[in-house]
Amino acid sequence: MSLSMSLTINGQPRSVAIDDPRTTLLDLLRERLGLTGAKKGCDRGQCGACTVLVDGRRINSCLALALSLDGAQVTTIEGLADGERLHPVQAAFIAHDGFQCGFCTPGQIVSAVGLIAEGHAGADPERVRELMSGNICRCGAYKGITEAVLEAQQVLADTRREDAA
Amino acid sequence: MPLETASPVAPYRRHGSNAGQPLTRRDGVLKVTGRATYAADNHPEGMLYAVPAVSSIARGRVVSLDVAAAKAHPGVVEVITPANRPPLAHDPDRKLGMFGFRIEVLQDDTVRYVNQPVALVIAETLEAATQGAALLDPRYEAQPARTGLEDGERYAPAAIGVGGPPRTAHGDLDAGLAAADRIIEECYETPAQFHNAMEPHAVVAQWDGDHVTLDMPNQAVVMSCAGYAAFFGIPAENVVIRSPFLGGGFGSKAILNGPQILAILAARMLRRPVQLALTRAQMYGPVGHRGATWQMLRLGVGAQGRLTALHHRSISATSSFEDFLEPAANASLYVYQSPAILTETEGLRLDTGTPGPMRAPGEASGSAALEVAIDEAAQALGMDPLEFRLANYAETEPGTGRPYSSKALRECYAEGARRFGWAGRPLEPRRMRDENGLLVGWGVGTALFPCPHFPAEARATLRADGTALVETAGADMGQGAWTALAQIAAEALGLDPDKVEFHLGVSTLPDGGVAGGSGHTASAGLALHNAGEDAVARLAELASRDPASPLFGAGNIGVVAREGRLHRRDDETRSESYVEILARAGAAEVVGTGRMARDEEAARTWAMYAHGAVFAEVKVDPDLGQARVSRLVGAFAAGRIVNPRLVASQYYGGMIWGLSFALQEAAVADRRTGRIMNADLAEYRVPVNADVPSLEAILVPEEDAYVNPLGIKGVGEIAVTGTVGAIANAVWHATGARVRRFPVRVEDLMGAGVG
Repeated sequence: MSLSMSLTINGQPRSVAIDDPRTTLLDLLRERLGLTGAKKGCDRGQCGACTVLVDGRRINSCLALALSLDGAQVTTIEGLADGERLHPVQAAFIAHDGFQCGFCTPGQIVSAVGLIAEGHAGADPERVRELMSGNICRCGAYKGITEAVLEAQQVLADTRREDAA
Repeated sequence: MPLETASPVAPYRRHGSNAGQPLTRRDGVLKVTGRATYAADNHPEGMLYAVPAVSSIARGRVVSLDVAAAKAHPGVVEVITPANRPPLAHDPDRKLGMFGFRIEVLQDDTVRYVNQPVALVIAETLEAATQGAALLDPRYEAQPARTGLEDGERYAPAAIGVGGPPRTAHGDLDAGLAAADRIIEECYETPAQFHNAMEPHAVVAQWDGDHVTLDMPNQAVVMSCAGYAAFFGIPAENVVIRSPFLGGGFGSKAILNGPQILAILAARMLRRPVQLALTRAQMYGPVGHRGATWQMLRLGVGAQGRLTALHHRSISATSSFEDFLEPAANASLYVYQSPAILTETEGLRLDTGTPGPMRAPGEASGSAALEVAIDEAAQALGMDPLEFRLANYAETEPGTGRPYSSKALRECYAEGARRFGWAGRPLEPRRMRDENGLLVGWGVGTALFPCPHFPAEARATLRADGTALVETAGADMGQGAWTALAQIAAEALGLDPDKVEFHLGVSTLPDGGVAGGSGHTASAGLALHNAGEDAVARLAELASRDPASPLFGAGNIGVVAREGRLHRRDDETRSESYVEILARAGAAEVVGTGRMARDEEAARTWAMYAHGAVFAEVKVDPDLGQARVSRLVGAFAAGRIVNPRLVASQYYGGMIWGLSFALQEAAVADRRTGRIMNADLAEYRVPVNADVPSLEAILVPEEDAYVNPLGIKGVGEIAVTGTVGAIANAVWHATGARVRRFPVRVEDLMGAGVG
């Protein structure tokens, strides 16, 4: 049995054959499409390591059945950098040492990109901490993560202002 | 394994050295772009997926498995049970060296703990293997599970921790207690905790004849090869382990475990690559944890608040079939001066998976109890808890009287207290409130960690183009080995770090030793330093023998290696670049080797520890009894700091682990079944970002001329210690409730009259 669906992944339209209806979006990305950036930390929507953007919203891809997303736009960690030029959130994570082992990092970064787009956090570190709390970091890099999100948010806002000017 | 791309480093100021600079991580770009490959990211052609079926009872035997149902599921290739498991060359019920525990590899139908593998299903897809494992529907003959102090079997252990003595006595305890004005005696409990590295244990195994390649996260890359080789009856050199990145380890990825061996066995049996990744729930059993402890502390206190006796006893839990006893009592051997110290440990057998080393094994749980007990003594005397600690400051190692190789703990106390604002703290509890009416409390704890060193080797190759290749099979589980070790090597080679290609984390490289015990940077670092110096010496020999070189005849005077050039030590204007020296010698490269080597006499003479002081502020809701940390300040002295940016991150992480220990994490066993009721990341509570509002780490300068030639101590574990006690003491200060069972729970505070 094979079911076909279409997804736009990191800007590339793709026709995807699903060989098993039980396949989650995370397992589709990792095991069938070779996009292993999103990580499986719990497979229960509890850790956030698998976070991707679907139609601009951050979701736990381990909880989404792939077939339920026909026609969706999916952005993964692999789709954030512009060639060798890092996305401001990626650069800020390096500058603020917002990771150690790196396993939760793709999820943290995608979650941060989603959070900034949601526009709810503002410049309040407490809001950022709360709204980034769906992404567990067992190494405890939270201080750097919060600083990185705040800085990247500012960089993106400045860039938008410059673009508008 | 080389990094695929050179990552850009932030601008930094050179102070004539590479070490000491706050470089950003060399693996940073790979990690933020998703290109860093962890074990389960590997998908060799033809790979199968293995999923273990695990026991849902804690003790008994498996009486049936529906193998036919599993095999009938589309995509299932094989089901391995004790009935058809191919033989192994090593009996898994026998120990295999220090880190080779007795493990379960389907040797029989016995169940010794929950989540023990009882079968392995291998299929073409992960979905099919998962469904196949579910269809096995194991049936059991269960015996009552032993889950705690009431029903476990107590015994006198031969050793605790990794080969440590179960009893240590200094001085005369009875005399010390007799001399005391007051005796404080209390009991403390710490729960079973699970490492919960973000990356579940995984392996991708590929056989080629009697050679096997294992992609797996591993904290002891070379040492583990011998263990796997023993199980499969092949020479150690036939095993290649690739572990470029570990998604966290914390001690759980140094010891061989059953599921990974089963996956390797399946790959050999089926002649195809096999991947296995444990589920989160399956990590609560076969891959180690911090064993529960029941501790008793008895402190004798005499004039001026000086300790006259310190007695620390721990009952430490282990499995029914293997011994790893959390050496919690040992935490009292090193911190405070007392004329008499006695530490003792008793074992307790429970129906759990075998515990193992987990970030600061012994030190964390022992420090938790000791630091609270010390606070209780200060409280009993009406002394400020920091003042009491200073009154019992150890000027030499307690018990032995050995001098410290360095000890800037006084500076840690002073600097931490200053930054925290400790002065003016009311002595009595329940005296402070914030603007929202929450109870506020301040507490302090002393942090300490020893400085173990492990055997390690390295190779450094200076190349004709003026770059270097540096190699050691160390492991980066997040602590920053990719960066800090490269800095040490670059320093020794007299090169910029971006001129150094660094290979790490694959077992074919020189043995980098174990990433554990906070000793990896010192140990692998020393090997790299020595390899670098050896390469430079060989280069200097080429130059000093060459009449055409400005360094001709410099042999006895010596040279200085700096920024890719050798300079005469007595006349630095006479110098030559590495490129020129190698070109004229017609040499493509010079190769240096090195190993961890330090002065063993010094190691016996001097007592060597990293120290620190942690200050905590907590806020407790007086109506709900909910306690949250609002501020943590830690000041640590750990010898020479290789990379302050990464070291601060280690301290932050350690302090967060301390916060977690104090207020959040505990595995809870169902007494009826032995099952862990919270075996997931929602109910086994680890800190999230919102739990960590304000953290400060102070790197207190400390020079150490004896610990090793680099002056490096360890930083990975120390910050867990001290923090737990500081937070528990702050909870007391906020509420007046002394909670002696970790983690401090809402119900403990409500039961003590808060809320």
